[in-house]
Amino acid sequence: MAHLSIQSAGYMSKNEAELRRIFLEQVNFIPAGERIKRCIQCGTCTGSCPVSYAMDISPRQLIALFRAGEMETIMKSRTIWICASCYACTTRCPSGIKITDIIYALKRTAMEKNYLSQAKHVQILANLFVSNLMKYGRLHEGTLIRNYYLKVGFWKLFKLIPLAKKLYQTKRLSLFPKRINAYHSLSKIIKKAQEIDLRITAPPLEYSTDYVGYRALGEMKLEQRKGE
Amino acid sequence: MKYAYYPGCSLEKTQRGYDESVREIFKTLEQELIEIEDWNCCGATIYMSVKETVSLAVSARNLALAEKMGLDIIAPCSSCFTILAKTNRILSQIPEMHKNVNEALAESGLSYSGKTRVRHPLDILVNDIGIESIIHKAKRSLNGLKVAPYYGCQIVRPEKGFDDRENPILMDKLFSKCGADIVYYPMKVRCCGGMLMTTFEETALKLNKELLECAEKHQADVIVTTCPLCHMNLEGYQDKINEIYNTNFKIPILYFTQLLGIVLGLSESKLGLDSAFIPVTPKLKSIMEVQYV
Repeated sequence: MAHLSIQSAGYMSKNEAELRRIFLEQVNFIPAGERIKRCIQCGTCTGSCPVSYAMDISPRQLIALFRAGEMETIMKSRTIWICASCYACTTRCPSGIKITDIIYALKRTAMEKNYLSQAKHVQILANLFVSNLMKYGRLHEGTLIRNYYLKVGFWKLFKLIPLAKKLYQTKRLSLFPKRINAYHSLSKIIKKAQEIDLRITAPPLEYSTDYVGYRALGEMKLEQRKGE
Repeated sequence: MKYAYYPGCSLEKTQRGYDESVREIFKTLEQELIEIEDWNCCGATIYMSVKETVSLAVSARNLALAEKMGLDIIAPCSSCFTILAKTNRILSQIPEMHKNVNEALAESGLSYSGKTRVRHPLDILVNDIGIESIIHKAKRSLNGLKVAPYYGCQIVRPEKGFDDRENPILMDKLFSKCGADIVYYPMKVRCCGGMLMTTFEETALKLNKELLECAEKHQADVIVTTCPLCHMNLEGYQDKINEIYNTNFKIPILYFTQLLGIVLGLSESKLGLDSAFIPVTPKLKSIMEVQYV
């Protein structure tokens, strides 16, 4: 594979290098994350994705853009936020690439670098979900949905009235959130984990952040594929 | 057998039918479910996708509590099931992460060695208890009821689990033995969109319309589900789909545990069937009315 290296691929911008560094750090924590190197651009992921028709960049193109040193285009895309985590792509990828997890890593990179994409409402929902969990220890769906619509457009709440009414009639609507008893011990865990997240230094990468193209991904170790 | 029961947030109230029916059928089958005391939210897909150590530590707390009980976890919600299993996988494959998570857990005097197995009720029912023993306790036959088994995404994927990833068959096997007529349902593992119903509604409505359309085309009397989110989307948004696509779907959505509960002779109220939005078809109604001795 080494002979395929694009020697004249050129250097990348500082921003691109930073985005790649954060992203590849995340990839390191995905079991079998390094298989991203093996993409053969067959498009099975795109063909298996039930929502690819609504994406601006297809899942296959995500990997192509990453290779090409276009992380910023990915960060601004709607694609990473519309993924519903159905894992159809991951199941079918002939190279065993953990595409859904790769998309998670891209989401985290975008959140960390504060990219306000076209789909910032997804980020709003994610942040509200996290704060709901921190506050009560369990998710209270009513609070989450109410707070979400208060942020993205409260008039949409009115559209939910028929559904809320049905839930109420069938005794499925809980009006108030309740904290778990062990709330304090849970928040201690969360606080510590946040500290750890900040101090984590990823092990040295075998990827280069200086180059784009195949060369940035290092040489593919073909022998590793045997016996999988 | 004893299991550590992890209901998950949506089963507490909005999907109480799932919770009630799981508890009832396990009781009927003489299996003990002990709810994990003070369990917390597993973090679900959303949390898992935005934070790393924090989300793993949050879900590992539940695994640690179950480990202390010395029992395997049973998690009916697909999202909880997949997240807890994924946490297990990451912790076992990346020792550094395991160490970090244990460091966080130690703050509240917990530790997790990685022993808790995460199981889904469908797996336990078919593979542990066995269809034969279930049939032995059956009180009613489904009598040719046309069932569309919908597995959704997260109990069969991403890793190879207790059923096939492209064509799972455990529910098909279970209910055909109970007398049901399993309809051809090629959309059985197609995504319902999950949380997209909140964030990209148009897309999610289209996905659910296709799922309903396929069931109707094959004349299903009922769609059985395994996931609270699929259930909510298919059931709660059926009206909206009819409105937007000018369709006339009226397909009852039941949890597989509710349908199995009917077979086991349990009453409507015990199975939380009173919480359904869409009334059951006359055929299912007549099955439910069969009195047994």
